[in-house]
Amino acid sequence: MSFNLDLLLAGTYHDWLIQGLRLSLGMAGITLLLALPLAVMVAMFRLSPVRALQWLGAMFVESIRNVPLLAHMLFWYFGAPELLPDGIKRWLYAGNIEVLSAIAALTLYTAAYMAEDIRSGIRSISNGQFEAGRSLGFSFLATMRLIILPQALRVTIPPLVSQTLNLWKNTSIATVIGVGELMYQAAKVESTAFRSAEAFAFATICYLSVSLILTGLGLLYRHRFPVRTA
Amino acid sequence: MGMIEVIQTYWVYFLIGQFPDGPLGGLTLTIVLAAGGLLLAFPLGFALAIARMSPWRTLSWPVTGVVYVVRGTPLLMVLFWAYFFLPSITGQKISQFSTMLGALVLFNAAYLSEIFRAGVQALPTGQFEAARSLGLSYFAALRLVVMPQVMRNMLPSLVNQFVSTIKDTSLGYIIGLSEVSFIASQINNLVLTKPTEIYLVLALAYFILCFGLSRFAFWIEQSHVRSHLSGGERSKMPRPVKRTLTEQT
Repeated sequence: MSFNLDLLLAGTYHDWLIQGLRLSLGMAGITLLLALPLAVMVAMFRLSPVRALQWLGAMFVESIRNVPLLAHMLFWYFGAPELLPDGIKRWLYAGNIEVLSAIAALTLYTAAYMAEDIRSGIRSISNGQFEAGRSLGFSFLATMRLIILPQALRVTIPPLVSQTLNLWKNTSIATVIGVGELMYQAAKVESTAFRSAEAFAFATICYLSVSLILTGLGLLYRHRFPVRTA
Repeated sequence: MGMIEVIQTYWVYFLIGQFPDGPLGGLTLTIVLAAGGLLLAFPLGFALAIARMSPWRTLSWPVTGVVYVVRGTPLLMVLFWAYFFLPSITGQKISQFSTMLGALVLFNAAYLSEIFRAGVQALPTGQFEAARSLGLSYFAALRLVVMPQVMRNMLPSLVNQFVSTIKDTSLGYIIGLSEVSFIASQINNLVLTKPTEIYLVLALAYFILCFGLSRFAFWIEQSHVRSHLSGGERSKMPRPVKRTLTEQT
């Protein structure tokens, strides 16, 4: 069977794959929007002077990072809905519960990794900066917002871009709970049409292009805004 | 407590699958697969790292390209290629175990090559130059002078890579390999009424294994810093390599 490029350029299979690509990109985008604020909050918890908050932040990060994303997906799809009251459960099952579970799992997983990158970015700013801000009368949050975070941003953006890249690759795992994303659609084309080479080539090129674009953006940022050394 | 009940009834199945009546499975298979997937990737990882650092561009550029491609695609993609194409290339049926192992080895080799490279580059170049000027050949200098020092520096990164590999083996679930995630879903199909408890036990099993190992990596790193380096040299310690693309310098 020879490689049939026309298959990818138009027709049913083309539509399926494009649909998958759209959903993958959409999931990655929504997850990124949800995960970033959560990650900032967890990082703040871990850096706060309150012991209980530090502990809570550490618990969140460690318990999520040490379990594979696939197990998270299985839990959020099969396990978690059972804990909810009947009314909400029925509403969930009526809607697209696969996508919602996948986004829940991806958001928590990505936020745990991003929180660590944000934390180490903030910690790379010398303690004197923080103390100076505090002694000038700024509150903890004001010191963070006005003095530490703007400086930490330069250090933190490149690793966050890398985490976004990981997030992009991780969307493929949503296939296990039947989310119709790119990998799922490629497997569907494979099983209906036995066109595995075409379908997988399409998916690989999509994953790779987005990955390379993100890598390029990361390098560009690093070139444009190098970390200032005091 | 449903979780305790699940553990009490199914712990043997969780740990070894259907063994000895059937193939080895469960958590044991997860560990075997992760260990094999990492150890077998060493030679290829070394080769890729040396090729990337070689002074010949005809060698270093294509290899860099390969590493970028593998690191830019999800492991699941690599697994699918292996699952559907290895049989048609070799002409015989390949077990799920070998497919998964093959995908893990290829994937890990790309990441290991980065760990090796970072380890070598963290070493002062004087070490290599001194060895060369003492008359050692290129490979003898690498093997006798550079590698022993690099290996010690890389240990924490390697343990972290092992943790990542354990997590990666969960993808065996998708191709029907009876590692621990697959076993958990089998138990779920058997019990039907306790999905929350069963998947929490699964998460707990992974957590104990991976958290223990990552603490171990942290401990190695700390004791290494304390015993080998004085305060001023600490900044020269290579940072553990993360599984990212843009982290490269």
